[in-house]
Amino acid sequence: MLELSNINAGYGNVQVLRGLSLTAGPGQVTCVMGRNGAGKTTMLRAIMGQISTTAGSITLSGTPLQTLPAHEVPRAGIGYVPQGRRLFGELTVAQNIEIGLMTRGKGRATRDYVLSLFPRLRERLSQRSSTLSGGEQQMLAIARALCLEPSVLLLDEPTEGLQPSMITLIRDTLLTLKSTGVAIVLVEQRVDAVLAMADHIAFVTAGSVAETVPNTGLSTDSAQFKTYVGV
Amino acid sequence: MDFGPFLLLALMEGMVMAAVLALTAVGLSLVFGVMRVVNVAHGEFFMLGAVIAWFVTHFMPGPPAVAFAAALVICPLLVGGIAALSDTLILKRLNYDPEATIVATIGLSYIFQQTALTFYGPDARPVLAPFDLRIQLPWFGYSGYKIAVVFAALAILLAVWLLMTRTRAGLIMRATQLDRNTARAFGINVDRVYAAVFALGAGLAAVAAVLIVPIQQAHYLMGHDPLLLSFIVVIIGGLGSLRGTLVAALVIGLSDGVISVFFSPTLAKILATLLVAMVLVFRPQGLFGTKP
Ligand SMILES: Nc1ncnc2c1ncn2[C@@H]1O[C@H](COP(=O)(O)OP(=O)(O)OP(=O)(O)O)[C@@H](O)[C@H]1O
Ligand SMILES: [Mg+2]
Repeated sequence: MLELSNINAGYGNVQVLRGLSLTAGPGQVTCVMGRNGAGKTTMLRAIMGQISTTAGSITLSGTPLQTLPAHEVPRAGIGYVPQGRRLFGELTVAQNIEIGLMTRGKGRATRDYVLSLFPRLRERLSQRSSTLSGGEQQMLAIARALCLEPSVLLLDEPTEGLQPSMITLIRDTLLTLKSTGVAIVLVEQRVDAVLAMADHIAFVTAGSVAETVPNTGLSTDSAQFKTYVGV
Repeated sequence: MDFGPFLLLALMEGMVMAAVLALTAVGLSLVFGVMRVVNVAHGEFFMLGAVIAWFVTHFMPGPPAVAFAAALVICPLLVGGIAALSDTLILKRLNYDPEATIVATIGLSYIFQQTALTFYGPDARPVLAPFDLRIQLPWFGYSGYKIAVVFAALAILLAVWLLMTRTRAGLIMRATQLDRNTARAFGINVDRVYAAVFALGAGLAAVAAVLIVPIQQAHYLMGHDPLLLSFIVVIIGGLGSLRGTLVAALVIGLSDGVISVFFSPTLAKILATLLVAMVLVFRPQGLFGTKP
């Protein structure tokens, strides 16, 4: 269980997150929606310890994360798929996977499991990751995060710029993970993708969660989507 | 001497120069590549290596070969330790800001120089070569030690290359170089990587100095030339490119050797500096660097 409670954070003197609270439970997909610049990426970076919080608390199963140095946060079991993938572009697919495995000292069994989820990556192990197609890069970004065997998986717009079949693949992968008890926090802009995956939807505006709703009885033209996302 | 043998002699001198320069420049290039720090104190790490080598060989009892071998191990370790400490105490606190670290390493270079002046003194002092062997070629005799320097440098460069491309530590350094935030998100302790890389870079300069000190003598101001030449090499080779650094060291070292023997060392430095200017104007990313 990942819990953010009333956190403030920002860059230098610019405050971005204002009293943001969010809970992500095991085996649940918590989708986060909001307009560009609302602070979604900033929230994930605060969880990862890449920017420091000035108020509030972030805990993983009760353990505070804010006191950890940034490189200890993933070791506590949080996998991160950053916006724009952020692969180690000059390294090969295999090396990107290797770095994922090193994070928590995982070995061959984890590697085999992760590659079984994405057979296309297995065929391209020695290819430089910057030369992969957009969809393959996104698979690798997810695979690299799964190499931690995370209990919490953070994904920042993983479907950005992908074709429908690739989105389906990612959705199926996330639903498989969900069934194994992983807590998934998914920042996502596509309403159809959110409706297909979410257990709960948190709407972010101006750096805080304005409303959290369960994914029941919602449709693409529900009022919340118009209000908070503008679609 | 005929032209042919004379050229051969010049090339051999150039090879020794190139070998030591390659070691020094790879250290500078590594630090810039991974940490984006322009280390102006790099030449002083070289000087410290030579000065400490004098202390070690001077006070170590036993045959010169043993004392020299000890220096070859102790100097890079000690200088690497000093570098790691400088990184933690100073560079880290500056958040590795590119401009601030330039000023800080300029300051460090004065501290190292004055410390050497205080404890070692203003004199140039020789260090005995580990062995005294003259190899007699048909046209002239040549120092066996100088040839050994070339092979030792090659072996160390090979080890660095294997470290960077074949080991887990190398993978961690390259990941940090490519994207330090994402590296942190995968458990990489970037602070520790930086300290290690800074130590490795300084250690390479120190080991180069130990190799050269039986030929050149140790002096507290001896860091200037290696710093200038390393910068020349790193700029020509392309900042952060290991392969480019090696090729450029070979070009600069050989041409320096040849031009110094046939004309004068000053002309060699003038031409090298001119070459840097040309590279900066026509190919700023270096011969082997990729466009930013
Ligand atoms: N490194 C930074 N320095 C200063 N301000 C930043 C930085 N990164 C983001 N911001 C600002 O913080 C605010 C929130 O940005 P953030 O990236 O969290 O938005 P987002 O909700 O992820 O948007 P998007 O949907 O476009 O990805 C924006 O106003 C942005 O300009
Ligand atoms: Mg974002």
